[in-house]
Amino acid sequence: MTELDENFQTGYISAINGTLIEVKGLEKSVKLHELIKIFNYNILGEVIQIYSDHVVVQCFENTNNLQLNENVVSLQEALSMELAPGLLSNIFDGIQRPLKEIYEGIKQSGFLQRGIEAPSLSRTKKWHFKPQKKVGDKIFPGDVIGEVQETHLISHKIMVPHHISGEVVSIVKEGEYTITDEIYFLKTKDKEESMMMLQKWPVTKSRPFRTRLKPQRPLITGLRVIDLLFPIAKGGTVAVPGGFGTGKTVIQQSIAKWCNADIIVFIGCGERGNEIADVLKEFGTLIDPQSGRPLLERIVLIANTSNMPVSAREASIFSGVTIAEYYRDMGYDVAVLADSTSRWAESLREISGLLEEMPAEEGYPAYLPSKLSKFYERAGCVKTVGLTKDGEEKIGTISIIGSVSPPSGDFSEPVTSTTKRFVQAFWALDANLAYSKHYPALNWFDSYSNYPEYLTEWWIERDIDWPEIGYNWYQCRREVNEILSKENELLNIIQLIGEENLPEMEKLDIFIGKIIRESFLIQNAFDPIDAFTAVKKLLSQIKLILLLYAESKELIQQGFVIEDIKSLTIINEIMKLNITIPNQEFLKILNIKNQLIREIESLKLISGVRKKV
Amino acid sequence: MSVIYKKIQQIVGPLLFLKNNHNVQYGEIVKIRTSEADEKIGQVIKMNEESIIIEVFESTQGISSENAQILFTEDTFKIKISDTDMFGHTFNSLGIPIDIETKKISDLDIVTNVERHIYGSPINPFAREYPSDVIQTGVSVIDGLFTLIRGQKLPIFSGQGLPHNKLASQIVSQARVLTGEPFLIIFCGIGIIEDEAISFINNFQKSGNIQNIISFINFASDPIMERLIIPRVALTTAEYFAFEKDMHVLVILIDMTNYAEALRELSSAKEEIPSRKGYPGYLYSDFASLYERTGKLKGKKGSITQIPILTMPNDDISHPIPDTTGYITEGQLVLSRKLHKMGIYPPFEVLSSISRLMKDAIGEDTTREDHADVSSQLLSSYSSALETRDLLSIVGEDGLNFDQKNLLKFGDGFEQRFLNQNIDENREYLKTFTIGWDILSILPRNQLFRIHQKYLDKYYIE
Repeated sequence: MTELDENFQTGYISAINGTLIEVKGLEKSVKLHELIKIFNYNILGEVIQIYSDHVVVQCFENTNNLQLNENVVSLQEALSMELAPGLLSNIFDGIQRPLKEIYEGIKQSGFLQRGIEAPSLSRTKKWHFKPQKKVGDKIFPGDVIGEVQETHLISHKIMVPHHISGEVVSIVKEGEYTITDEIYFLKTKDKEESMMMLQKWPVTKSRPFRTRLKPQRPLITGLRVIDLLFPIAKGGTVAVPGGFGTGKTVIQQSIAKWCNADIIVFIGCGERGNEIADVLKEFGTLIDPQSGRPLLERIVLIANTSNMPVSAREASIFSGVTIAEYYRDMGYDVAVLADSTSRWAESLREISGLLEEMPAEEGYPAYLPSKLSKFYERAGCVKTVGLTKDGEEKIGTISIIGSVSPPSGDFSEPVTSTTKRFVQAFWALDANLAYSKHYPALNWFDSYSNYPEYLTEWWIERDIDWPEIGYNWYQCRREVNEILSKENELLNIIQLIGEENLPEMEKLDIFIGKIIRESFLIQNAFDPIDAFTAVKKLLSQIKLILLLYAESKELIQQGFVIEDIKSLTIINEIMKLNITIPNQEFLKILNIKNQLIREIESLKLISGVRKKV
Repeated sequence: MSVIYKKIQQIVGPLLFLKNNHNVQYGEIVKIRTSEADEKIGQVIKMNEESIIIEVFESTQGISSENAQILFTEDTFKIKISDTDMFGHTFNSLGIPIDIETKKISDLDIVTNVERHIYGSPINPFAREYPSDVIQTGVSVIDGLFTLIRGQKLPIFSGQGLPHNKLASQIVSQARVLTGEPFLIIFCGIGIIEDEAISFINNFQKSGNIQNIISFINFASDPIMERLIIPRVALTTAEYFAFEKDMHVLVILIDMTNYAEALRELSSAKEEIPSRKGYPGYLYSDFASLYERTGKLKGKKGSITQIPILTMPNDDISHPIPDTTGYITEGQLVLSRKLHKMGIYPPFEVLSSISRLMKDAIGEDTTREDHADVSSQLLSSYSSALETRDLLSIVGEDGLNFDQKNLLKFGDGFEQRFLNQNIDENREYLKTFTIGWDILSILPRNQLFRIHQKYLDKYYIE
């Protein structure tokens, strides 16, 4: 838009206070949350309040050098995401400006100048489109009419937009098209419409779906403490709170790398710029084991670092989740990682402060809970609107993992305590664990998950059948929890009376508790073998430990002492297998189990001999 | 054409309220003249059709509603930068050269090349290059355990009465890059008292490194508004030399606590709703707008590294100032009052300190092959040594076994020889590692389980 278009309503600036401006002349024509543009500066803003003689606008960039009476045009649409091929392995700011293209477009500067305009998705790049509907087909919202291989990992389904349905009048042949090329013609009730791959969706509105389903498949994270004790379902929500240095970002990045979602939307919300650089570098070089392609090919990055405009930070988490919904509608499992939702809440607080609203707790606005719930409620496992190319129903999920950065690690502060009400799982990171280099620093007493009941069936189907130890996944969890809380009680007692004075059976609880903590709960995100534990290895590893526990109990009942058990040489192998045995070498674990049984047998035998003598 | 304006409606703390009847830019700089000799600077922070609110950078003392002339400069805040004439000199908050002893503007002749807006623009995250090379500070504990990486922001959390000033002087005097590329230190004193300022500058002059240093000083007696300006002036200068002149720039900001208090004072004058301990809700974003002006850019040779130094009120690490800082920076170095009382300098609380970007940047190419192993072993053994010390106070020396006695010896060696160094002692990496291996060799070889066999073979002293 180089000239003032006559079709657009215009107004003028009547007051400026930081990024908040007041505009007169639009109060009769704009709707709440529509976008405006300060014409001469290319600055976008969102209408957040409407009064009888002016509207209040939150600008997405700083307002330095602006004057009163500056021209403002109404764009007559709300902040919307552009949805089409080209999202994956791309990086956007909070309002979907393409950071890579902006950098490459103005090579001389690594800085974000104000008022840069660039289309979110490339208008010139051609994509190989394969039609999957033919002339005469009746199509409805959400139906797949064709596909584009967006990256080697992901096939992008081109769907009929949500507002339209009708009969295909014409459709292009398989070939190369841009996202704004006309690819099919649709006859609706009253007219014919030309359709392209690109569609738009306002960020604050959740995309419709048919029905919500019970989440029954786990999002496997590869982190043992999570997958066993505090699992999250595909379609679930979890908050990860922790003070600085407790490893929130490492957990988020580790899940982005290894989890079994199809698509990752990573939202860097008000955090460090170097972290985004790290993600770009890491994911560009890390290879997906199944396909041999860089992991970046399944990722959409939204980066609004702490020094970028606060109002765009507020938009960023909704931008991210809107993109996630679009891929969910294709029938994919999407994981949304938001780091950090506290920074997002702080942006709300800043804007609310400028508006001079009455604050609730610690300066946060009273509507913090309702805004937060709008974000987390967009997660879920759903039957989507529309059908696949073969006329089948699509099921897609969005899982949301939001990190929270409570000031001084205090979980009673407003953002943490509010978030807790809207999430089903809570991974409490503990500064003391981090301090003693216990990573991931999930505190197993403060953390919780409401998903295990839903997921047990899935795990039982994948169980490994060892005759020596009958626990399934759910029972393993219960057993581990019991041992850990027993150990905790005993550790308190030890401080008073010393370990020597405990009965042998309780010494065993302490010994097994230590094995669980040090070789199972602790996991090194930077070790190539330890970084990701697959389902089968997880089950066999915990069963080995529980088998050792069960057998040792029996031995102690027969009169053996803890030192006899500690003398089993195989224990060392069990403790090290997280870093020595790769996921696929299951046979080696089986060998360790057999070795364990042999050693226990021979222990019984030797001492049998000893007792006789 | 500048507009001169004469009538002030209200004066509240640092804020002036004017009637609005002409075109003013948001953020515009204004000059306020109360007499021939007295000119103050302010900035437009709020405007509507009726009035303009101006924040004055200096004291508003002496301004009345009648006596002041207000001159609008038609631009936001800019500073002048010189390619050649700034090195070795000291400037005030407005970027004007001063004489440190007299606090007066000096007659130094500076040929300026460019002008830059001090608020800068955020770095495009896509344009960032992940930091991967080191700066040697000559301080063993930093170089060995918490290596400073080019493009990193690594704060020092100190307390009142701890030797952070000495440490800052030492780092400024000794820091260098080993690759032979151009290196510049920008020292930014925020609200520091005059004696300190003079001793800083004198130390720099003595160091022989003065030609690589540009200093900006805001005295404790200067108006608080200038405290909010000066780090931005320093960082704008740093950005110019790093990204337009290919230099590696190390910026020292001392003391960020004074900055945050100035921010709080202004916020309360503006009657904003406070968040924790009276600090404004935007403390995080405001700190980030300073700390994030650090890093490396793709395709550029230079870099900006920051060491912000702050004093924790009551040594409380959960106070909003260190807490907010820790969330933005890439690690933290914490000073310990206990070690300071034991006479150890620099008194680092090593177990709560960390340098987060270190793991990807150290090793054969930059420091030495065994660096990661040595630092991890030193930390782990020192942590065991401290536990053993606790035990010692319960069971007495007779209750300890041979290994535990060794650990105690190691702990003492670590504090006395590795941590402890003279204020003018500049240790090369090699020297740091030599001392590290000396004290590690107090321990039996089979207890150094974090060190690879090949390095033990090569460096362990039997």
